[in-house]
Amino acid sequence: MTEPLLRVDALEVEFLTRSGRVHAVRGISFDMAPGQALGLVGESGCGKSVTSQAIMGLVQLPGRITAGDVRWKGKSLIGPEADAYRQDVCGRDIAMVFQDPMTSLDPLFTVGDQIGEVLVRHLGLSPAAARIRAIELLDRVHIREPEKRVDQYPHEFSGGMRQRVLIAMALASEPDLLIADEPTTALDVTVQAGILDLLAELQRDLSLAVLMITHDLGVVARLCQDVAVMYAGEIVEDGPAERMLHRPAHPYTAGLVSATPTLALTRHRLRTIDGQPPDLRRPRGPCSFRPRCANAVAACAEAPALEARSEGAGRLACYNPIAQKANGAIPAADAAPRLGREEAPLVEVRNLSVHYPIGRRGLFAKREILKAVDGVSFDIWPGETLGLVGESGSGKTTTGRAILRAVPPTAGSIKFDGQEITSLGREPLRRLRRDMQIIFQDPYSSLNPRMTVQDIVAEPLIVHGIETNPDRLRERVARLLELVGLPADAAERHPHAFSGGQRQRVGIARALTLEPRFIIADEPVSALDVSIRAQVVNLMQDLQAQLGLTYLFIAHDLAVVRHIADRVAIMKAGQIIEIGPVDEVYANPMEDYTRALLDAVPEIGDPPARAAGG
Amino acid sequence: MSWYIFNRLWQGVIVVLSVVVVVFVLTRLIGDPVRVMLPLEATPEQRALFEAQLGLDRPILEQFVTYVRDVAVLDFGESLWQRRPVIEIIAERAPATVLLSVVAIAFAVLMAVPLGVVAALRPEGLVDRIVVVISLLGLSIPQFWLGLLFIVFFSLMLGWLPTSGAGGIDHLILPALTLALPAMTRMVMVVRSTMIDQLNAQYVKVLRAKGMRPWRVVAVHALRNSAVPILTIAGWEFIRIVSGYTVVVETVFAWPGLGLTAIQAIERQDLILLQAIVFVTSIAVVVINIGLDILYKAIDPRIEIGSQ
Ligand code: SF4
Repeated sequence: MTEPLLRVDALEVEFLTRSGRVHAVRGISFDMAPGQALGLVGESGCGKSVTSQAIMGLVQLPGRITAGDVRWKGKSLIGPEADAYRQDVCGRDIAMVFQDPMTSLDPLFTVGDQIGEVLVRHLGLSPAAARIRAIELLDRVHIREPEKRVDQYPHEFSGGMRQRVLIAMALASEPDLLIADEPTTALDVTVQAGILDLLAELQRDLSLAVLMITHDLGVVARLCQDVAVMYAGEIVEDGPAERMLHRPAHPYTAGLVSATPTLALTRHRLRTIDGQPPDLRRPRGPCSFRPRCANAVAACAEAPALEARSEGAGRLACYNPIAQKANGAIPAADAAPRLGREEAPLVEVRNLSVHYPIGRRGLFAKREILKAVDGVSFDIWPGETLGLVGESGSGKTTTGRAILRAVPPTAGSIKFDGQEITSLGREPLRRLRRDMQIIFQDPYSSLNPRMTVQDIVAEPLIVHGIETNPDRLRERVARLLELVGLPADAAERHPHAFSGGQRQRVGIARALTLEPRFIIADEPVSALDVSIRAQVVNLMQDLQAQLGLTYLFIAHDLAVVRHIADRVAIMKAGQIIEIGPVDEVYANPMEDYTRALLDAVPEIGDPPARAAGG
Repeated sequence: MSWYIFNRLWQGVIVVLSVVVVVFVLTRLIGDPVRVMLPLEATPEQRALFEAQLGLDRPILEQFVTYVRDVAVLDFGESLWQRRPVIEIIAERAPATVLLSVVAIAFAVLMAVPLGVVAALRPEGLVDRIVVVISLLGLSIPQFWLGLLFIVFFSLMLGWLPTSGAGGIDHLILPALTLALPAMTRMVMVVRSTMIDQLNAQYVKVLRAKGMRPWRVVAVHALRNSAVPILTIAGWEFIRIVSGYTVVVETVFAWPGLGLTAIQAIERQDLILLQAIVFVTSIAVVVINIGLDILYKAIDPRIEIGSQ
């Protein structure tokens, strides 16, 4: 057999940390053919990014490659003997695009210079020729007016445009393989769609092999012909995208697929994968998915090998794979949207505006005004969930903060339970805050790392002078922790002892401490991995049914909103452009912008990517 | 660009005007300048005459107007000690100080930048540890003592360099080093920590992934990104040298610059000369700051009008 373009062979990567040796990549092997688009999928910490760094020779201390090989066109890239070959190949034949376009460019050099230095280094062009070629490359990634843009600095480009520049830079050396490490994760959904289209187009037109590293199965569906799923440092299943996404065999792949919310289903309960990924400091033993696996059998006490499937293309590491197609979702006990319209709305917002003055340019220039929220009106009825959706800068977060009175509204009225709150004084506002709570996006930074969970959850009770008796406090906290599905011993631990999903549960418990009626959830699940995200979304739905909560659910993710919300409001440039029941808005958007947003969401069900070169 | 510079110049003018006012007010607040400058046994007639000479008998507002008009044409009056126009003395002495300060800051930068960069390449490596120790040592040695140490060692014991005074390049080396070493030890820590930050930045990872040669990543990209903090500390050290440390070091080495002249003016109670030196030094500080701001703008395209 001829050597493939890229062969990763039993690769192992370790990181030495204070708390021990972390086996980040545990012997993975895969091949890539010229022009192939392979998606390497997994949740955070599964080793997918480390794998890409190992291929590029970018693993730095305290990490090191401890075993295995990476071969490019038949020759090894690993080890000191391969230094010269690696320096030739990496950056020229293999190019890479990273997750964060905002910080990936050197701010002090024009984009033309940064593309040009690749051309000078790898193709030996003169600086003048490099500039001309840079203009062509910018044009190739569909940046308008490339002759003008080539001399501009990174800060003059938006996030999406910078990612295009970085792609142009990666293409400059005319590589055979492009490694894209979460290239669209930091971008708004419509921008993301544009980048994915561009990558698909380049892959087709230039017969470029693409290794797409992502946590998002929708992204894979749009771009890749083949998919490999990683869990705990190993590949557990791979094969053609069609099969992987629609007839997954490995219980983890199936779990990922069904935990990914789709735009098609409303208020359905997401399937979750219970539990947490394993600790990578432990050596290999039983199947690493066993503690979370519903299919586990006795044989699973020994790790399964990744072997060719009995039928069809691809490989699988599992003793008891899933037989037929996994059911995407199971109906919730209470699936019908509840719109208790007989009652009065709990929250009434009328013509709400929040304007900020922004910096003055020049000595005598007029102060500019940023209209973050510009005349927004909506109602939220008791017991319902209103989803507030928009891209970054749309004003959705500011709207939530204004309702909490965390920012002063410039104009308009906000009524909570019939009471006008924009003019409330300090004391009534304090009382109001007991009824209104917020859950933040980032469970890491919103919890004080020095406090125990007991203190974090109990704090609002003490601050509001409701309960001071330590025994009763402990009792209440225990009840809350049980409610959000945390073990009882969680109370004594500090936030850093928890995973992201568990921390978000602590955040929810804290929000529930004062028995509020209304909760503003600001991107509560967008920092979480897919399988964990589904757990938290389900928890929020359960709590709503149990406690009769009302939610304002702020998010950029349309699919998640479809799952949890009764009605949805679409925000753009400070205004609500469309509002209505989720079914109507998602099925029949009235506004072009809403339609564009919906079209942009990459989904598992999207038509599979075309065959390479096809 | 021009707006930015205009803004900076404009701010500079305001600072210079404030210096003019402050110097004027101070010299009239610290007591009776006539008593300070005349010998104790001066007769009342002598005092009155002297007061009239200085214009101190006129109303304060008129005094101020005259003073501003004189300063505007660089007429600082006549030195009591040397009996000739102050501006002449300054013109004679300033070049020596400028030369000493520029050479000193150049020494400091040329030592601090390479050392800091090499230390940052391997934090906690051998070079890094040595740099950190040296800079701690440097911070704790008083400057005049360092100067005396140099004189004892290089001039008296080894006889390589002259002990004091001005002349050829050999006269310049010891005072310049005495000024440069403490500045270097402070700067090297800044260079080191900024470079460590920059080398860990995402864009450096991208540059490595692009296959750029390591020296280019360090010397072209990371170093330029560190330039603004490095310039800031270098400018600061330059200002400290020009406006303060030269007084000490010029005295130790009898270097005939403005610093030494200032000490002599104090000894001879020549308030007029001293006042002029303070004024000229302030202008120098303002000019250095404007120069720095223009350099920032040249290095970093993101710096906008009116921002820091
Ligand atoms: S090998 Fe066993 S435990 Fe592992 S995924 Fe398959 S069935 Fe589950």
